[in-house]
Amino acid sequence: MTVVTDVSAPAAPTTRLRVPSRWAFLARRLGFYLTAAWAAITLNFLLPRLMPGDPSVAIVDQLQRVSGRQLPPETLVSIQTLFGDPDANLAEQYLAYLGQLARFDLGISISRFPTPVADLVASGLPWTLMLVGTTTVLAFVIGTGLGVLTGWKAGGRFDAIVTPASTFISSVPYFWVALIALWVFAFELRWLPSSGGYDPDLEGPAFWLSALRYGILPAATIVFSAFGGWLLGMRNMTVTTVREEYVLLAQAKGLSPSRVVLRYAARNAMLPSFTGFALALGGVIGGALLTEIVFSYPGIGYLLYDSLTKRDYPVMQGVFLLIALTVLLANLIADSVYVFVDPRVREQG
Amino acid sequence: MNSSFGSNPKVRFGLVVVTFFAALAILGPWLTGTVMGIDPRANDISAIASPPSSEHWLGTTQFGQDVLAQLIAGARGSMFVGVLAALIGTVLAIVFGVTAGYFGGRTDHVLNFVTNIFMVMPVLPLIFIVSGYLRGTGLWMIAIIIGVFGWAGGARTLRAQTMSVRNRDFVLAMRMLGESNPRLIGSEVLPHLGGWVASMFLSAMIGAILAEAGLAFLGISDSGAISWGSMIQAAQSQSAVLRGLWWWFVPPGLCIALIGTAAAMLNFGVDELSNPKLRSATRKVVRRTRRVERAVAAETRTA
Repeated sequence: MTVVTDVSAPAAPTTRLRVPSRWAFLARRLGFYLTAAWAAITLNFLLPRLMPGDPSVAIVDQLQRVSGRQLPPETLVSIQTLFGDPDANLAEQYLAYLGQLARFDLGISISRFPTPVADLVASGLPWTLMLVGTTTVLAFVIGTGLGVLTGWKAGGRFDAIVTPASTFISSVPYFWVALIALWVFAFELRWLPSSGGYDPDLEGPAFWLSALRYGILPAATIVFSAFGGWLLGMRNMTVTTVREEYVLLAQAKGLSPSRVVLRYAARNAMLPSFTGFALALGGVIGGALLTEIVFSYPGIGYLLYDSLTKRDYPVMQGVFLLIALTVLLANLIADSVYVFVDPRVREQG
Repeated sequence: MNSSFGSNPKVRFGLVVVTFFAALAILGPWLTGTVMGIDPRANDISAIASPPSSEHWLGTTQFGQDVLAQLIAGARGSMFVGVLAALIGTVLAIVFGVTAGYFGGRTDHVLNFVTNIFMVMPVLPLIFIVSGYLRGTGLWMIAIIIGVFGWAGGARTLRAQTMSVRNRDFVLAMRMLGESNPRLIGSEVLPHLGGWVASMFLSAMIGAILAEAGLAFLGISDSGAISWGSMIQAAQSQSAVLRGLWWWFVPPGLCIALIGTAAAMLNFGVDELSNPKLRSATRKVVRRTRRVERAVAAETRTA
């Protein structure tokens, strides 16, 4: 929108658009995401301090009850750094907090005393990353593909069935789909295991196969709930794009319909889907957390649920911080891909 | 624009469903109390976890509560959170989006930056955490939390639209006449964003209903209130899935999906009105075009 034209300099040989290089654009985006990461960390710092009651006192009480003895002074300091110390001033607390985060010290879990939160979170993260990563890619591919088909023949029979159906599917809560899938496929048909992420008795390749088998149902429900959003966006963009004149020209040249659709229309229609990635990812992660709970999948979502029900504040905070930072990283990656796909984006902030 | 809005079948479907659930939410206690004569919380010990029958149309729960009565009571909880959160979210989106788009410059820079931060933040987990701290608060608080964190997407759309409206001739003309900024925004710019505001309200409402269902499912919504999410949560915690009590957990999810579809259909209708290219892709128009094409082809053949 802010296209910079060099009007003031008549000496310039051509009045070319001054487009910043893609690296400059990426540097700006990196700056934004670093600021966003700082905001997430600060939010994480402020939340327990703003909440009514005093989480740090509650945590110390609970820890003393679980461990059955007085806490060692260094643990006490760590907890007060993370969750608030009524005696110290906020700025000092903030600096100490940042220092502690830099050492990856997220505190100690209450419900699984004395495991450090960082360990718990680290053991859950790979499972969630695999689950959300693969399902997001699958949902994107399936949704975008079907979106091109429905948009190309918009108003046709396929469109008339698929589009309303996916509108309905995309409004269904993830965890409800998960419950239905659990009921039908795990309990009625007994095709797939009902809970957990792997078979604990196996090792080596057999373990990985079991992990795959346990992952099918959670992954399928997430893909099922998530592809509709991509489909609807892509359909509407395709409908708009196929009426562009370059598409008409491609048809007039006698190119095969598949070539016209894929190389001319779909390529351009897909661009907004990339920008929508940020919004979609947040929703998918929220939904995936709930899906994990239904299947007792050993990821971050189940950990979050466990910590919420047991009031394990340190774990809650750790999980949120990790999710926030991961989402920011994923967005940065999506942005980087986007710059190379669509040069026009560099003209804008 | 207004005459064709009601004749769009998608819009009509959306309006009917939303009106139906709104009526259910308002008339809920009267329906369950006077018409059905069943208290949604009452335990009928003679019918524990019984499948749908003539006495209990949608069966009963593990505790002998009537599922249909709970469903009607749940409509009130879910719709209340949906509407209140959407109101808060829409107001915030207007404050951030329209102000940023209208004033531009440094104001825009700051407000847009805040909007972008909220946009990349994973809002649902954030809502989970905050509600986790405030455990056991009422539906009011839940709705406020959801509204306060979920406005960024709408603000971005409104900002872009405001930027296009603020430089149109009629706004410039009124500015020349010396209208004040608040009045220009209130009576010149905002009315032109009506469609966008409405569509953002609808998306916010369904988003909030889904978020509340998620919170209830996690067991951190208001434990005393009945909502569709808390029904699913109760079913899950009583292993209704394992025991095949499908009539307990299927209906509330269907209600959420139905109202979500209705909101999406209304949004579709707004899209089709604002983008004629989309309107030409509806089934009715495509059929009509094909019929004309066939007629023309037949005529040329006979000629």
